[in-house]
Amino acid sequence: MSILDKHGIIERNATLLLVLSFLVVTIGGLVEIVPLFYLQNTIEDVQGVRPYTPLELAGRQIYIREGCYVCHSQMIRPMRDEVERYGHYSLAAESKYDHPFQWGSKRTGPDLARVGGKYSDAWHVDHLSNPQAVVPESIMPKYPYLATTPITADYIGEQMWANQVVGVPYTADEMANAKADFEAQADPTKDSSGLLARYGKVDVANFDGKPELTEMDALIAYLQVLGTMVDFSTFTPVASR
Amino acid sequence: MAKPIKQDPKDKVGTTGHSWDGIEELNNPLPRWWVWIFYLTIVWALGYAIAFPAWPLIHGATPGVLGASTRADVAAEIKHFDDMNAPIKAKLVAADLNAIEGDDALKSYAMEAGHAVFMNNCAQCHGSGAQGGKGYPNLLDNDWLYGGTLDAIHTTVTHGVRNTTDPDARNVGVFMPAWSDKATGPMADMAPTKLTDAQVGQVVNYVLKLSGQQADEAQATEGQKLFADNCAACHGDDGKGNRDMGAPNLTDAVWLYGGDAATLTQTIAEGRGGVMPAWGYQAQGVAPRLTEDQIRSVAVYVHSLGGGE
Repeated sequence: MSILDKHGIIERNATLLLVLSFLVVTIGGLVEIVPLFYLQNTIEDVQGVRPYTPLELAGRQIYIREGCYVCHSQMIRPMRDEVERYGHYSLAAESKYDHPFQWGSKRTGPDLARVGGKYSDAWHVDHLSNPQAVVPESIMPKYPYLATTPITADYIGEQMWANQVVGVPYTADEMANAKADFEAQADPTKDSSGLLARYGKVDVANFDGKPELTEMDALIAYLQVLGTMVDFSTFTPVASR
Repeated sequence: MAKPIKQDPKDKVGTTGHSWDGIEELNNPLPRWWVWIFYLTIVWALGYAIAFPAWPLIHGATPGVLGASTRADVAAEIKHFDDMNAPIKAKLVAADLNAIEGDDALKSYAMEAGHAVFMNNCAQCHGSGAQGGKGYPNLLDNDWLYGGTLDAIHTTVTHGVRNTTDPDARNVGVFMPAWSDKATGPMADMAPTKLTDAQVGQVVNYVLKLSGQQADEAQATEGQKLFADNCAACHGDDGKGNRDMGAPNLTDAVWLYGGDAATLTQTIAEGRGGVMPAWGYQAQGVAPRLTEDQIRSVAVYVHSLGGGE
């Protein structure tokens, strides 16, 4: 017990106490955080997950701006009741291009991790404009101004660049065509072959049903892609992960 | 007044030797129960780290001797219930669709399962009581756009309406066109002829008359000709609709978007084209949202709501 009796030395020397505290916290941090970057089971590679298209990315910004994450989670937990209601539990890889991720921690409204394709575009327009018109018992606020607020691709290049900096692998081709892809996704009359060639499976539609490109188009494009990237009919998760 | 302390506890436990302005700190030990619980938590943590996944190594964390896995647990739990339901689900899928309602066991399972499927997937548009809403059909009445037989409901649920995912969806590329000569876009491109505002008004009056509402007789007479030329191809000469094209019956009091003059004007001028997702479509890269037994269950549920044919 002799060494334990010497704690007085540390307690009487503020600098030594600070240095040793820092050392302890550093070791704890290294052990807890560093393995997450190299362990295979935390960075599971899943087929089908792609970076967001420019329009989806813009919609994601609106999702964050409006604070949708405050009431809606995007994280289906591995429990039977959640899987039965929302679909396959979420995989870490499905939000690997999310900066920041939108897992959320509270569900006032339902989970949105797999809302893509569940409802028609027109339903989303009706529902976002006035949720009580389609779901009378809903307590969701109304967002009618999304349908009347125009959105342009002026800053989409910067947004994609910012995502690129934090690790989203946008290619030079995708960066160069950001503006064209942005506009092509919301207008089926335009040529979207370039967009499809660059991103693969993309939902091209006039999401809000109006000729103008509005924030509603972008947000619905984002909602309609949520959870649809991974094909779970061919994907078998490794149980040990 | 408090009684004076008779004995200085210092005599029993001693002091820590710390002294501040003559105030000394007694060296009282921690309660024994507290100390033992503390030691117990340390032992528990060690046991836990051995039993469950814990220490990060080079290629992965130690798996733990119990082999705990959240993914395996949820898969096992789902399989447990799937196995219990498997016989009746297999029977449901194998059965003749129209025979399900005659089989008590199948019907009671289909109604329960169908109700759950409906509340999770259909209620957001069609309402929790299936009463529908503006643009979303009421499923309680006997007015059906595409037919109210079990087969027709089953097909509609499986493939949906006018969606971009399923090539077998009902009415792919078929819309109520935007007839107004001011309309633009794909909906307007579908209109074979263009109607002026006055002509739209005439057709509105004819539709009002068809459905037994108050209408301007002179305008309705003009509208009748326009209707015969432009609308009858889908809605029928008598305006009773056509289920092959999902064209609604215009002679009754049931309206999808509304039967008043203002809504009819909007419908004719700007067009309509409601979309329903394909719930059973298996595309490459997309797992179907509902399995066949779920689709059959919800079809039976909807069929039984009152309007089933």
